[in-house]
Amino acid sequence: MAQLVSPAGRKLVAGIPMVWLTALFLIPFLIVLKISFSEVRLALPPYAPLFVAHHGVPVPELHLSNYAFLLTDPLYASALVYSLKVAALSTLACLLIGYPMAYAIARSSPTRRSVLLMLVMLPFWTSFLLRVYAWIGLLQSNGVINNVLLALGIVHQPLVMLQTDFSVYIGIVYSYLPFMVLPLYANLEKHDPTLLEAAADLGARPFTRFLRITLPQSVAGIAAGSLLVFIPAVGEYIVPSLLGRTDQLMIGRVLSDEFFENRDWPVASAVAIVMLILLVAPILLLQRFEKDELEAAPQVAAPAEAKAPS
Amino acid sequence: MTQLEPYVRIERVRKDFGGFIAVNEVSLDIHRGEVFCLLGGSGSGKTTLLRILAGLEIPSSGKVYIDGQDMTAVAPYRRPVNMMFQSYALFPHMSVERNVAFGLEQEHVGRREIRERVGQILEIVKMSGFGPRKPHQLSGGQRQRVALARALVKRPKLLLLDEPLAALDRKLREHTQFELLNIQKHLGVTFVVVTHDQQEAMTISSRMGVMDRGEIVQVGTPAEIYESPGTRFVADFIGSVNLFQGEVTATDAEGLCMRCAETGADMRAPGAPVALGTTIWMALRPEKIELARSPVPESAPGALPNQLRGLVKEVGYMGEASVYLIEVGAGKVLRVTRPNAGRDAEPRIARGDAVSLSWHRSSPIVLTR
Repeated sequence: MAQLVSPAGRKLVAGIPMVWLTALFLIPFLIVLKISFSEVRLALPPYAPLFVAHHGVPVPELHLSNYAFLLTDPLYASALVYSLKVAALSTLACLLIGYPMAYAIARSSPTRRSVLLMLVMLPFWTSFLLRVYAWIGLLQSNGVINNVLLALGIVHQPLVMLQTDFSVYIGIVYSYLPFMVLPLYANLEKHDPTLLEAAADLGARPFTRFLRITLPQSVAGIAAGSLLVFIPAVGEYIVPSLLGRTDQLMIGRVLSDEFFENRDWPVASAVAIVMLILLVAPILLLQRFEKDELEAAPQVAAPAEAKAPS
Repeated sequence: MTQLEPYVRIERVRKDFGGFIAVNEVSLDIHRGEVFCLLGGSGSGKTTLLRILAGLEIPSSGKVYIDGQDMTAVAPYRRPVNMMFQSYALFPHMSVERNVAFGLEQEHVGRREIRERVGQILEIVKMSGFGPRKPHQLSGGQRQRVALARALVKRPKLLLLDEPLAALDRKLREHTQFELLNIQKHLGVTFVVVTHDQQEAMTISSRMGVMDRGEIVQVGTPAEIYESPGTRFVADFIGSVNLFQGEVTATDAEGLCMRCAETGADMRAPGAPVALGTTIWMALRPEKIELARSPVPESAPGALPNQLRGLVKEVGYMGEASVYLIEVGAGKVLRVTRPNAGRDAEPRIARGDAVSLSWHRSSPIVLTR
């Protein structure tokens, strides 16, 4: 293969995305990093110059006041903790709901499977914002659910379902479920059904077979799905803004308020950097799982596949 | 090997998959301690029958008895039966030791006993020391031995093997055939083996059943099946065979005589009388035919009746023996195998030679279907 692609060619192909990533991700990130160390100014842009000339040499001015501020004001810590909690519980809920879904899809006949997968992905064809809005219509005091419950006499006063923790979880789990189902399905679909037959032959009952054969082999799928839900859910903005509590904010909303309402770019940047640091570990984990999947040796395959079937 | 009760009794078992009949009213007895082979081509139903014995398929009708008990609808995890799968089906996320121990754990055997028995069985299959390895770190032959150990460690009454040697190369296959037989004798387990390889079936089985399109066509020892096939299908399926078609022209105390339609010659064979004029076939195995450059007079000592003259079309030298394709007129080509008994003895028979073919009176097999 090396002879077919010249070294210059390889550098060019790998180089273009690298240039893109450097110019549009790395450099902006470094700018944000520097802004987080700057002082706020009533100016445009609303922060002190990034570099100050000291005897002709541009030197970055570093103030730790923004980070100190984050530590002193309880709003930020509580928002971060709340975000992590919501993301973690939403991930768990997605796992408990999504695993049986993925399992059922993986075990269906091929035609059924395509239909089911399409149903899982269909929501992506519509606007995310609209779908979250739809939940308002369902959950509000004179919304569909409450009207049905009142009409049936199950309740006599409308249930308060909006702007609660409950509605945030509903919104996030509903929106992120496909991100759990699809990686899980991709993993479960590759499982060798003969292994379950062998386990049964060796004396394992159905639940034991699931616990000792299926579940251990699906760990990579569970990890991938969980991280794909957890990482973006931490910074989720739209769902808590539309459906969530007004007395407890998630960190994405805090960052946006800091940026747009307070026009305090340095503090907003500091919040962004702290969020990133918190998510570095999960992001690296996800990358390791994806790398393992890509490099994984083919499963211990049927050695007689090439021979005539009996 | 004769018993009052067969160890495994398959009684008129039928399995159809929505219209396709995989196993059609099969009845079969298997005796304790024997190695029974189910031999057949693709789609013959042999694997389905094996899976029915394992409990992985439930028959549409009929019964299966194992050691006297009705096991027809018993779940696989409740049967004293274990299977070695064609793909070995080793659990990839467990080590060799955990794989082999799995079945014992399901029986709630104590940890110390598990360790002992796993160690013993690994030694029997010559895989001691491979305990901590994972399946993907093993070669094909090694995986096979682990699969065998995993099934045998539970001391099943019946071990089912699905194409056990299919994935192995020739040399390893022969070696493993004998190893399997040794282990079987040593442990006394009853084996039921499914294979499409008739050489393998002949080598390892004490008895075999030939299957075709869901039915058992003939059951017998390898010698019985080879030397006395009951139908043209069986004669052709096992080994090579020369088939002659003709009408019965005469019968007597010794057998019958047929006029062969293809060669025009008369052929005799031992057998029960058949009505004159009936179309029958005679099967002649390639190794039963002798070749000579010139006809040997019948009066000469040790001579066989000269039956046919022919022209050698092809010679295949295979080391131990040579295969000759000989045209005997009207386009009919016979296959003859002769051992290469001497090194450069007399000049070898070569392509283009005219030869005489002869065989014992008792060699041809009469087939009525």
